[in-house]
Amino acid sequence: MHEYSIVQALLTQCEDIAKENEAESVTKIIVKIGKMSGVEPHLLEIAFNTFKEKTVCDGADFVLNIQPLVIECKGCGVQTTLEKIYYKCPACESLDVKVIDGEDMFLMSLEME
Amino acid sequence: MCKDCGCSITTNNHQHGHTHVDEFGREFTHVHDHEHDTLEHPHEGGHHHHHHGEDEHSHTHQAAHETLHHNPQLNDSKTIAVIKKILDKNDHEAHHNREHFNEHGVLAINLMSSPGSGKTTLLEKMAGLAPFKFGVIEGDLETSRDADRLIAKGISAVQIQTGSACHLDAFMVHKGLSDLAIADLDVCFIENVGNLVCPASYDVGSHLNIVLVSIPEGEDKIAKYPVMFRCADLILITKTDLLPYFQYDIECEKAEARKIKPNVDILEVNINDEASIKQVIEWIEFKRKMRN
Ligand SMILES: Nc1nc2c(ncn2[C@@H]2O[C@H](COP(=O)(O)OP(=O)(O)OP(=O)(O)O)[C@@H](O)[C@H]2O)c(=O)[nH]1
Ligand SMILES: [Mg+2]
Ligand SMILES: [Zn+2]
Ligand SMILES: [Zn+2]
Ligand SMILES: [Zn+2]
Ligand SMILES: [Zn+2]
Ligand SMILES: [Zn+2]
Ligand SMILES: [Zn+2]
Repeated sequence: MHEYSIVQALLTQCEDIAKENEAESVTKIIVKIGKMSGVEPHLLEIAFNTFKEKTVCDGADFVLNIQPLVIECKGCGVQTTLEKIYYKCPACESLDVKVIDGEDMFLMSLEME
Repeated sequence: MCKDCGCSITTNNHQHGHTHVDEFGREFTHVHDHEHDTLEHPHEGGHHHHHHGEDEHSHTHQAAHETLHHNPQLNDSKTIAVIKKILDKNDHEAHHNREHFNEHGVLAINLMSSPGSGKTTLLEKMAGLAPFKFGVIEGDLETSRDADRLIAKGISAVQIQTGSACHLDAFMVHKGLSDLAIADLDVCFIENVGNLVCPASYDVGSHLNIVLVSIPEGEDKIAKYPVMFRCADLILITKTDLLPYFQYDIECEKAEARKIKPNVDILEVNINDEASIKQVIEWIEFKRKMRN
């Protein structure tokens, strides 16, 4: 499962940021995981809590916010949060839509000491 | 205060994330690591020959971080907003791989599907028919069978064994592309590990993604794995010779795919029908011509 590789990338980011800020440990980490990012949030959390040990994130709280898919219609300009994975503007039925959020994974913030 | 990292800055030209646009009009936004005293991105392979003018940018970074480290008030703040893509290192390496391909005028295509949908067979069949010269970077968990199959057909191929990783990432492909003489190629295929999940999350530096799905896998695959089909530029519905033996509504599957990716191209492939292989080749050839 690639959740393991993603956690490795995340832990490296945390190490780097902690070092830059001369912090000794990370106490809380907030991530935003898009519904269409290809990652299973539950597995990511398990992987994080397994692999954080003996890293700067040992003992850190892991807060995971799931980001629904948000699109904006290029025709009528309406923004919609989609329930179903159907890239279509519900207001005017246009298929010409722009993705605003929900396809990526972000590290949002870190609490350090 | 810079919202990206909490640096206290007054200059307007400080930017953490920046966007590159390649000639396909795709945007790559990435956020850099803060390596304060280096102007170049670190690379494994040791090539630093194609950088994209970030010197000025790095200087602003450096200035910003000096402010942070020498300002005791800011050192007290415990929570910082980061907003970084978790796979930013991979994305940056992918962007770098694309520069290698661009430098040599090579079109790079990432082939993805479940195990056994027909990726290697399609490449084998294309050998005698394609007007372009192609090579293959093969990814598998174990063995070099797929690369051996291609080499036996006179196709240049290198095998990457991913070990436990169920996908290729941009670093593995960078290694593969230094082992393959890409300068001589028109097209470089990257045959990803057979898997409909993980490979979709990793940009490997291809210009185009082709996703295969075969009739025997069943009707629901597109709806069940939307992230994979979302990233497809071309979907190949393969093994259509087996349609008589399966319950499979091909038009319904195409409609399903276009809910996820409205403008996706879709072709049907039967490996024993040369005309269907030629259509795939024509699609690639068209994309290739659109680059020049
Ligand atoms: N009937 C039929 N069989 C096919 C077709 N294309 C491929 N196959 C068969 O499907 C099997 C798997 O094909 P491969 O090309 O090895 O599949 P792959 O996607 O490369 O598999 P992995 O690399 O293991 O993920 C082989 O036995 C092929 O002969 C087709 O169009 N029709
Ligand atoms: Mg194969
Ligand atoms: Zn996986
Ligand atoms: Zn609309
Ligand atoms: Zn930067
Ligand atoms: Zn390189
Ligand atoms: Zn860059
Ligand atoms: Zn190069």
